[in-house]
Amino acid sequence: MSKPKFAMYWAASCGGCEIAVLNIHEKILDVDANFEVVFWPVAMDAKYKDVEAMEDGSILLTLFNGGIRNDENEHIAKLLRKKSQILVAFGSCACEGCIPGLANFSPIQQVVDTAFSTVSTDNPENVRPQPSYDMPEGTIHIPTLYPVLRTLDQVVDVDYYMPGCPPESHQIAAVIDLVIQVLQGKAQLPPKGSVIGAGGSTVCDECKRKRNEKTIKEFGRIQLMHADPELCLLEQGIPCNGPATRSGCNARCPSAGAQCIGCYGPAEGVVDYGARLVSAFASVIDSNDPAEIDRILDGLVDPAGQFYRFNLAGSLLRAAKPAWKSGD
Amino acid sequence: MSEETKSFEPTIIGFTCNWCSYRAADMAGTARMKYAPNVRLIRLMCSGRLDPTFVFKAFANGADGVLVSGCHPGDCHYINQNYKMLRRFHLMKRVLAQMGIEPERIKLLWASAAEGAIFAEEVNKFVEQVRALGPLNWHPGNGAASTVHTPMSAEEVPA
Ligand code: SF4
Repeated sequence: MSKPKFAMYWAASCGGCEIAVLNIHEKILDVDANFEVVFWPVAMDAKYKDVEAMEDGSILLTLFNGGIRNDENEHIAKLLRKKSQILVAFGSCACEGCIPGLANFSPIQQVVDTAFSTVSTDNPENVRPQPSYDMPEGTIHIPTLYPVLRTLDQVVDVDYYMPGCPPESHQIAAVIDLVIQVLQGKAQLPPKGSVIGAGGSTVCDECKRKRNEKTIKEFGRIQLMHADPELCLLEQGIPCNGPATRSGCNARCPSAGAQCIGCYGPAEGVVDYGARLVSAFASVIDSNDPAEIDRILDGLVDPAGQFYRFNLAGSLLRAAKPAWKSGD
Repeated sequence: MSEETKSFEPTIIGFTCNWCSYRAADMAGTARMKYAPNVRLIRLMCSGRLDPTFVFKAFANGADGVLVSGCHPGDCHYINQNYKMLRRFHLMKRVLAQMGIEPERIKLLWASAAEGAIFAEEVNKFVEQVRALGPLNWHPGNGAASTVHTPMSAEEVPA
């Protein structure tokens, strides 16, 4: 019997998810032993037309990382959806937009200008990429950017979500184990739409720092303070996203002395990650006076960036108005 | 105000507290005071129940404005929950501004159960304020907006 087929793809992402998969060490041999890898641009040479020629539903498992930034990303997302039985939104970009999704704060023209005319960019003629270009040999194309970045499930139907920036290697290994057990008939797949490879509660729940009642007169920036190594960071006025973030990383950042920035995405039951943090941060402010509340809030220099660092594209509002207006 | 804005009827979602502003609205009704019909009221047990998610969802699903109302400071039926809402409101407003939603589209109103007239008057004022801003019509990434070909600002340079 031929082995079930496996694919992995990167759309708008940094490549960290691929590294995280390779970082499962010898477990990667289990992937090879149990699957035939048919498409994985970072690891092997394959062409889109090879995937196009495959039978629909012939790939058992596809791990798709990256958001949908341009028409190429969208084309491959739709293609892999058609060819795969199980499509996993793998990593924060595919699940909720992640860092590339932060571009959804700005009009697309500004995003392009920033990329092509910053001081560190050597572009004396102020060249901009053109979606198509006529050469003597014929017209050549590059993908067309969309005004906003979308998450994978805003474009195609998704079976499972695996959060994290990137997903922790031990979680990836556990998911691979599970799929192999399912193949051997020893386990069952979780219900469609489930979040896999992560915990069911919050980062705070896994965090070892000491907690008392949180009352804050001032927000501070961690790099400018001497934070108590034992005490909850939020209690010290350091914006920590633990209260809204899904567990699964063993509270890595707070354990290492840095605040949680939210890469595991919204905790179970949280509809809008940023809205949950608005609640969490507002509740610790120790004041009933509007003017003082405003003064304390001034300490949070970029609240939307803080609350939607990983989640803007996947939030209820999805993108700031100047960004989506830029496509009108 | 342009002709177009004048004829625009904004949709406003109003979150009211069971113990004060909802009754104020009720009182305005029973006393047959007239106020703009643009506000759809949703009754909460307390303004402190207002999850910012409700507000974000209202805007995402087509509201042009959101009214949040509760008991006067010091008068909360549940001791101090309206202060929690106050703090959330201030932070929420900052986040919404960064999302490009004008601060004038969201209003906080204290109204006791006896203040039907104030409630009606403030709703009228708010409706006019939102009308002047025009429709919000939130639609990022949906349908056509997501598939347009992005115009590039700079000119083509020969290779
Ligand atoms: S807020 Fe941050 S530091 Fe405090 S308990 Fe939660 S994760 Fe730990």
